[in-house]
Amino acid sequence: MTLERFLIIGAILFSIGLYGVLSKKHSIAVLMSLELMFNGINVTAVALSRYTVPYLLTTHSGEKVVQYLLTGQIFTIFIITVAAAEVALGLAIIIAIYRTHQSVLLTDSNQLKN
Amino acid sequence: MNSFITTDELLLIAPEISMVILATLVIILDLVIKNKSILNFVASFGLLVPIALSFNLLDGTSQFAFAGALRVDYFGVFFKIITLFATLITILISEKYSKKFDDYQGEYYALILISASGMMLLASSVEFITIYIALELSALPLAALITFIRIRSSAESGIKFMVLSALSSAILLYGMVLVYGFTGTTYIEDLSQIINRSLINSELTFGGGALLLGVILITCGFAFKISSAPFHMWAPDVYEGAPTPITAFLSVASKAAGFAVILRIVYSSFSNEQIGMDWSVLIATLSAISMTLGNLIAIQQTNIKRLFAYSTIAQAGYIMVGLAALSSLDGGQDNAGPAGILFYLFGYLLTNFAAFTVITLVSINTNSDSISSYSGLLKRSRLLTLIMTISMISLIGLPPSVGFMAKIYIFGSAMDTGLQWLAIFGVLNSVVSAFYYLKIVKIMLIDENENSEKIQLTTNMSLAGLSCVFGIVILGIFPGSIIEVAHRAVESII
Repeated sequence: MTLERFLIIGAILFSIGLYGVLSKKHSIAVLMSLELMFNGINVTAVALSRYTVPYLLTTHSGEKVVQYLLTGQIFTIFIITVAAAEVALGLAIIIAIYRTHQSVLLTDSNQLKN
Repeated sequence: MNSFITTDELLLIAPEISMVILATLVIILDLVIKNKSILNFVASFGLLVPIALSFNLLDGTSQFAFAGALRVDYFGVFFKIITLFATLITILISEKYSKKFDDYQGEYYALILISASGMMLLASSVEFITIYIALELSALPLAALITFIRIRSSAESGIKFMVLSALSSAILLYGMVLVYGFTGTTYIEDLSQIINRSLINSELTFGGGALLLGVILITCGFAFKISSAPFHMWAPDVYEGAPTPITAFLSVASKAAGFAVILRIVYSSFSNEQIGMDWSVLIATLSAISMTLGNLIAIQQTNIKRLFAYSTIAQAGYIMVGLAALSSLDGGQDNAGPAGILFYLFGYLLTNFAAFTVITLVSINTNSDSISSYSGLLKRSRLLTLIMTISMISLIGLPPSVGFMAKIYIFGSAMDTGLQWLAIFGVLNSVVSAFYYLKIVKIMLIDENENSEKIQLTTNMSLAGLSCVFGIVILGIFPGSIIEVAHRAVESII
């Protein structure tokens, strides 16, 4: 497996997600598409972290230290955590929408317009 | 690098920690106390602690915390103080408004405080993961706050904000991950060295297509946060449906935090001459589109919150003039542009909150946000008319107001860096904006209204409104001290 393949898979997942967010009418489907986008990013981050040689320029404290960096993986863990919080909040808002609109279709949320 | 958290590091983020403690305290008090009006008092007076702690950090030194992820310097603390003032005024003007949601007042104040702590963290973060976490910490509570009133329009703006904010974070993240992958670092300080090195080895912009794509995606993500065109579409809908004090908070604090990160990234990574020129053209174009679009669409608005949303888009355009002026530096460093941004944001904080104090009171009294409900305001409350008029004068940029000084400063920096066309564009746009701002003044002063019942101001409201107006006028006449502080802040991030 080469780095390119992972990057292509990541880009495809991201693009499908982006298309879904922009085109889906159902708000749950939009949330799912958002997840897809985040997963595309996760694949890219982990692949980049694994395949590119991590070199460290420590200018922060002045001294040079050689370390194996797992920044990409750590990034992914944070993304997964925040995405989970985002979905929880998204579902709460969708319930609020359902209570006021009796529908979760985004096409029914069109009260605010010029 | 030390992997343990030291006491010194905790002291550096003491303002944020005290914000979160205050938020927890407000929630706990909400559970045990019957008289909810005390929550507003606790939240606003409690804010004096983080404000004092922030001023305590304003000693001119730059210190790193948490393995270099946070950089507490003059610049960061300046933005922390802007955010804290914005939070304080938001809480003061929420006093009457929060009666709308009796049972949830504790959560309302706590969410404002938590969101503000995210923005404060954002102002001093210098590393991609930290930037992302801080960004989400400020955006997620905001989404909940926007949905706070149980009516159709509020829920609708909530979902719009949530989805678009997540979408923009995803785009931003993809950019960050690509930049990380092709430079091997997430620290924006190291990034500049690597980008400069790759420029020497290659003819391509940013040393390659992937890195360029990453930078473009990051730019798009942040353009959403500051509601600059062409990523501004969310602003009018969200501003209209959100609770009025939250609209004010969104338009000032959230935007200031966005500009803080952009300035940090641009200043430390892209200040290279070769990239600087490309960057400057891009930002200048976005800025011109933002101003024109915001002002032209604002003219047609009949709802005051929508009008202010478009006005905010136009103001983002003016502020971006300073960002464009920063990048077209010819060899020598010129701090006038970025310092102008800091001064403009401070002035904008005062001006917009003065206006929103009035908007909040009028919307409570008339239950309407339409501009026509401002007719005959002079007879109903002289003080409110005065506050609104001065705020409008400052938004147009007429002397003697802080808006005038800020515009002179920011357009002046554009003239100095060879962006004359942009400065002229900005001035022309200010003339266009005078039309709709003065229309509000005309409606307040001249138009008649059958409802001539007096509007009662509470102490908190008049305190917020009058201190903003006082600040607008004083800084319009003596801007020197804040400009000096802004210059010191910009020097601290180089």
